[in-house]
Amino acid sequence: MSASLERGLNALREVIDAPTASYLASCVRCGLCADACAFYTETGDPRYTPIHKLEPLRRLWRQEFTLLGRVGRLLGLSRPVTDTELAAWSELAYDGCTLCGRCSLVCPMGNDIAYMIRRFREGLAAAGHAPPGVIGAVRRTLEQGSPMGVKLQTLQAQIRRQEAETGLTIPVDVEGADYLALLSSMEIVNYPEYLGALARIFDRAGVSWTLSSEAFEATNSGIQIGVTDLAREIVLRIVNAAEKLKVKQVISPECGHAFTALRFEGPNLIGRPYGFGVVHILELLDQLHAEGRLELDGKRDGTPLTYHDPCQIARRGGVIDQPRRLLAELAADFREMHESGKMNWCCGGGGGVSANERAEPIKLKAFGVKKRQIEELGVPKLVTACANCRITLEEGLEHYNMNLEVVGLTEMVAEHLAGESKE
Amino acid sequence: MSDDTLSDYLKARGISRRGFLKFCAATASMLALPPAAGSAIAAALASARRPSVIWLSFQECTGCTEAITRSHSPSLESLIFDAISLDYHHTLQAASGDAAEASRHQAMEQNRGNYLVVVDGSIPVKDGGVYSTIAGRTNLDILKETAAGAAAIISVGTCAAFGGLPEAQPNPTGAVPVSAIIKDKPIINVPGCPPIPVVMTGVLAHYLTFGSVPELDSLNRPRAFYGDYIHDRCYRRPYYDQGKFARSFDDEGARSGWCLYELGCRGPTTRSVCATTKWNQGTSFPIQSGHGCIGCTEPRFWDTGAFYKAISAPIGPVGTAAAVGLAAGAAVGAGMALRNRAAKKRAKEGHRTITTDDLEK
Amino acid sequence: MGEVDFLLWVRGPGLTIAVAIFLLGCVLRVFEIYTLGRTPDLSAPRENRPGSGWRTIVTRSVPSGEKVKRSAGVLVPGYLFHIGFFVCLFFFVPHIELIRGVVGIGWPGLPTPVIDLFAVITLIALLVTLATRLLNPVRRYLSTLDDWAGWTLTFLPVLTGWMAYHHLLFSYTTMLALHILTAELLLIALPFTKLAHFITLFVSRWYNGEAFARKGVAS
Repeated sequence: MSASLERGLNALREVIDAPTASYLASCVRCGLCADACAFYTETGDPRYTPIHKLEPLRRLWRQEFTLLGRVGRLLGLSRPVTDTELAAWSELAYDGCTLCGRCSLVCPMGNDIAYMIRRFREGLAAAGHAPPGVIGAVRRTLEQGSPMGVKLQTLQAQIRRQEAETGLTIPVDVEGADYLALLSSMEIVNYPEYLGALARIFDRAGVSWTLSSEAFEATNSGIQIGVTDLAREIVLRIVNAAEKLKVKQVISPECGHAFTALRFEGPNLIGRPYGFGVVHILELLDQLHAEGRLELDGKRDGTPLTYHDPCQIARRGGVIDQPRRLLAELAADFREMHESGKMNWCCGGGGGVSANERAEPIKLKAFGVKKRQIEELGVPKLVTACANCRITLEEGLEHYNMNLEVVGLTEMVAEHLAGESKE
Repeated sequence: MSDDTLSDYLKARGISRRGFLKFCAATASMLALPPAAGSAIAAALASARRPSVIWLSFQECTGCTEAITRSHSPSLESLIFDAISLDYHHTLQAASGDAAEASRHQAMEQNRGNYLVVVDGSIPVKDGGVYSTIAGRTNLDILKETAAGAAAIISVGTCAAFGGLPEAQPNPTGAVPVSAIIKDKPIINVPGCPPIPVVMTGVLAHYLTFGSVPELDSLNRPRAFYGDYIHDRCYRRPYYDQGKFARSFDDEGARSGWCLYELGCRGPTTRSVCATTKWNQGTSFPIQSGHGCIGCTEPRFWDTGAFYKAISAPIGPVGTAAAVGLAAGAAVGAGMALRNRAAKKRAKEGHRTITTDDLEK
Repeated sequence: MGEVDFLLWVRGPGLTIAVAIFLLGCVLRVFEIYTLGRTPDLSAPRENRPGSGWRTIVTRSVPSGEKVKRSAGVLVPGYLFHIGFFVCLFFFVPHIELIRGVVGIGWPGLPTPVIDLFAVITLIALLVTLATRLLNPVRRYLSTLDDWAGWTLTFLPVLTGWMAYHHLLFSYTTMLALHILTAELLLIALPFTKLAHFITLFVSRWYNGEAFARKGVAS
């Protein structure tokens, strides 16, 4: 129990770098970032302006790392950053932000605001101001193995169930397999069909794969709470398992932040490049399909449907075209949302928000954007590729009494494997 | 002072009444007075006693005198000039030495409170004023002594009006204008280097007619002759606005008569009637002859930068300032860089690995 | 002699001081910001990089789609005043002569009626940005002394320059001196306020473009 303002400020000093300073110096308070953020557009509360969520960080930087700021301090003209201030900003940086990065694409100055919020969370967390829900998730991850408290036994039970349903063996701890597959708690608990889908697809495509009993959880709550030390510990499990099993690639499941954490943050957390590659399941499916190893039945679903781009996979991950190529094979009436691809709107539940009970009301408000996008299209089916988005979308649709079917793309692929009868 | 009126004097010189009236009408028009004023000027001048005028020349080049007296053919301007009772003038008087000084003192005593003092040239005040003396007396003393009984003072030429050439940097003699010395008499500044002759006589005509100084601007110059900027009356202004400039003397643009702004014309900041009244009975003026205005009716015009560089060009050592700024910035910047990196290093060293216990207070 | 001395001072020592402080400030800010450094990114970059930092420097100036519709009230006056300001500053012959006097190079200018039009557009656009900063809830909430001062320092040189040309309020000599003085104040304040974005925005966009391109997104 040793969080303190000093540790928080120290953490902020550590993370202030040239890009952060450049971004903070460039902000001209134009307000365009607010127009890009669902938490502002759906609440009208200017406190949720993305750059404003960083105000204490900006003040610290200015006061300690600029000449004018230091002179101001000497002359007694500046207010130091206080613990009360950091406490007040917890809600803005955790509840009102999913690190979706839409603001980073819109800022005329080119400020990567999401990048800075991730760093700002380091200070908030070290000062003891991370939301209790998110603290709980990271504790469970480290103590029990996953943020939702899913232990190995739960997974093993699911494995047995899916083996029974598919009639296939699900490999575990197979050394020398090509691919190590990871899962997110959300999938294990809420969407276990995902695991069965993987088994069927890999069987068809002749992919050599395995799970690991020591590293099955892809979700990295350490990234969501924004504490590098904890994120490192979590990602190391995967890295160690992958290296132990000598796999060539690790497959990140349908979970947004898991992909960001493993593919892009991981090597920087552990301080060295990986000896293996990381792919998102959609990238792998697209690749298998392109290689002709994944034959689809060609029976396109006639239901009008649309695709929700999970932020960490699309905008922050670069996996934008792959789902669309797959959907071209699977759907006869695919309709793009008005703003799609890298400019799609966040579901409102990522970045730790869905683990944060305190944020429930604002999360549902932010869903208003998705609601409008869906209503504009008037489709009865929504496809996505992130389990957290899926649960957030389903909760939002329920809250607003909207009747839509939400499906995961991997499952849809599995259902359309050539020569398979539908389960 | 003679007892002749101006009318007598002109008649004796063979100037017809008609010619005289034409001059008065032209003067009225130049002073922007209504047409009826022409006859008022004629009436006043005709009956004016030839007033005593004492012309003091200090740190000057005699250019103002040259301008007002130079004429290839007799002009009414020069006749007006002749028509005043010029009781003291270094260049034009016949007397010299003690006799000249005596005549000045006599004029001062006989016309105490009524004589006009015309000054050309600035007055040096450094080191007690020794840098310009006449008959062993400093210009400073002579001016004060002569001004004491004057009705009004006309500072002719930029030197007398504002300090002019002697006052230009570094001003080694401590030259100052008349207005810096005399504070208790009406002063009319008629600057120019030299001033246009009709401007000088026009001011005199006004004083002789109305017995008062004409309407003056904030620099005590007659508004009639110094109210407008050259730039606003220059016939080449359309070229300025179109963006057609001469880039060097005798280039294509210069020969086409384009604007001389890039060649240093001070037209925009200079108030004078050169562009309309022109010189030599309306023959031409510097810009028309292809040379930019040098701004000679304005104070400190010698210090406004190189005459052939535009008036927006810098006049200080900007290159040096830039070098100093860059170097100083680099030095201070390097200092800040070191401090910043030290602060980050301290923060990194002070980092204690965070465990889940450290997430709460 | 007041106004002439004023003009000669701002043309002389005033400009010298302003240029020195401006350059000192710019170099200082570049040092104090960019020497903070970046830790190298150890993750594997994508093989296909759509876009790059350099590309983002250009494309971030070209807003499109929904962003334009949603934020037109801020974007349009913003673009108008920036463009107008640059045209007035760099294509008015007296300014070009000033630059030629400082760095030795010049270029052709635009006719003064065109500059006049751009100046008016700039002034109106600036007034509109002030209005939105006062009326738009986000902009008002975010605004600090830096924003109000920055606006004023940007507005005054354009206003006084335009007034000088049209002989409004004071004599041309005085208005010109005021114009030069306000421009010098702007120069001095530039590096130390949000106006420093005229340098930092390029690098910020570059960082942004590079970071996103690594991950396979053209930002």
